[in-house]
Amino acid sequence: MNIDWGALGSVFVIALVVVVVLTALFAIGVRGLSARAVARDAGTSGGAVGTATAAICFVVCAAIVGYGIYLIGAA
Amino acid sequence: MDFSLIVGVVVVAALAFDFTNGFHDTANAMATSIATGALRPRVAVAISAVLNLVGAFLSVEVAKTISGGIVDDAKVTPAVIFAGLAGAIIWNLLTWLFGLPSSSSHALFGGLIGATWVASGASAVHFTQVVQKVLVPAVASPIVAGVVAIAGTFLVYRITARARQDVVAKSFKGAQALSASLVSLAHGTSDAQKTMGVITLTLIASGSLAEGSGPPLWVILTSAVAIAAGTFLGGWRIINTMGKRITEIQTPQGFAAETSAAVTILASSHLGFALSTTHVCSGGVIGSGVARKLSEVKWGVAGQMVLAWLLTVPAAALVGAVASLAVERGAAGTIVVAVLLIAVGLAAYLLSRRNPVKPDDTVAEPQPVPAAA
Repeated sequence: MNIDWGALGSVFVIALVVVVVLTALFAIGVRGLSARAVARDAGTSGGAVGTATAAICFVVCAAIVGYGIYLIGAA
Repeated sequence: MDFSLIVGVVVVAALAFDFTNGFHDTANAMATSIATGALRPRVAVAISAVLNLVGAFLSVEVAKTISGGIVDDAKVTPAVIFAGLAGAIIWNLLTWLFGLPSSSSHALFGGLIGATWVASGASAVHFTQVVQKVLVPAVASPIVAGVVAIAGTFLVYRITARARQDVVAKSFKGAQALSASLVSLAHGTSDAQKTMGVITLTLIASGSLAEGSGPPLWVILTSAVAIAAGTFLGGWRIINTMGKRITEIQTPQGFAAETSAAVTILASSHLGFALSTTHVCSGGVIGSGVARKLSEVKWGVAGQMVLAWLLTVPAAALVGAVASLAVERGAAGTIVVAVLLIAVGLAAYLLSRRNPVKPDDTVAEPQPVPAAA
């Protein structure tokens, strides 16, 4: 019997790290969108920070997803 | 036995299996997006079908052996393959009837194990490989994906707790649909390949193709179309279970569950520890339910599912073994098995009509705005 526990362990750790980063980034981006919506409704100008946060987060998320699609294609 | 008859029968059976694989696995990717309303039912299965089709063409690297070493591949004859496929198809139809997500690849392995056992004896079955490649991944997949989904779901709710909930709901709808599409694409690149492999290796074994050839164009085309057609038909019964019966799902949860599934599948296929898509996706859904206090995981349904997973290999093996006994009798036996297979398919279809699950049934009731974890 030769079960590759090391490979299983690395699948677990890598999946966990990537998902934590991806979901946290996306959620922070959503919070940025929310801040923008709040600022717009209030008519204040505080929306820029929210917009920038959202944009940066979503771009990084898109890059990670793009890498995922690349991996699928390369498989 | 007439060699060309059995080869023809294997090709048709392999495509039929591919088709059942499609409608069995639509749920993995799309069930949560349909339940939350992120995608309309028909749109979801259409997207999934297209991505499966694209995925099938994206990667045509076909397996070198049919069983991947689970049985002695030298003893896998076209007759054994046909008997194995019969076991896999019947198990897929039965679990679909009961709305239970179960692994199509495990069903195929099971069928091959049973058929090989009868044809060449128990020594031709590599039991340590069965533990290593089937049993351990089946246990590990839902646990890994479940824990990952718990972490993702917790974070998503924690971070967005004080954000405006209408913005949250809208944003996660889009993200959920996208993450589900990734699962579909990853699925297409792996599962249609299995069918291409079965057909190609059968053609090589029968001398119709040269040793070491890749799949001919017609094999790629028919396999891709069969899995996409199965996907488009949308196994609504299994979608209903995955999206609604395990736990009540909101868009942020669906996003976390599908993202966890997609990432886990990709990590597993690139780090050399194959996990099964069905088990990963189910684990993701359960994990996302565990992480949100207000949604209750229906452990009875989850238990039924796990039971189906445990039964998949032995049950498909049993059918594969019986089919193998018949097929070994020659052309008449093969025809009997083929006719029985069609009869089972017809019976499953007719039984399903007695309590049909329609596309719109798989959409959950309108939900209140997401609550914090």
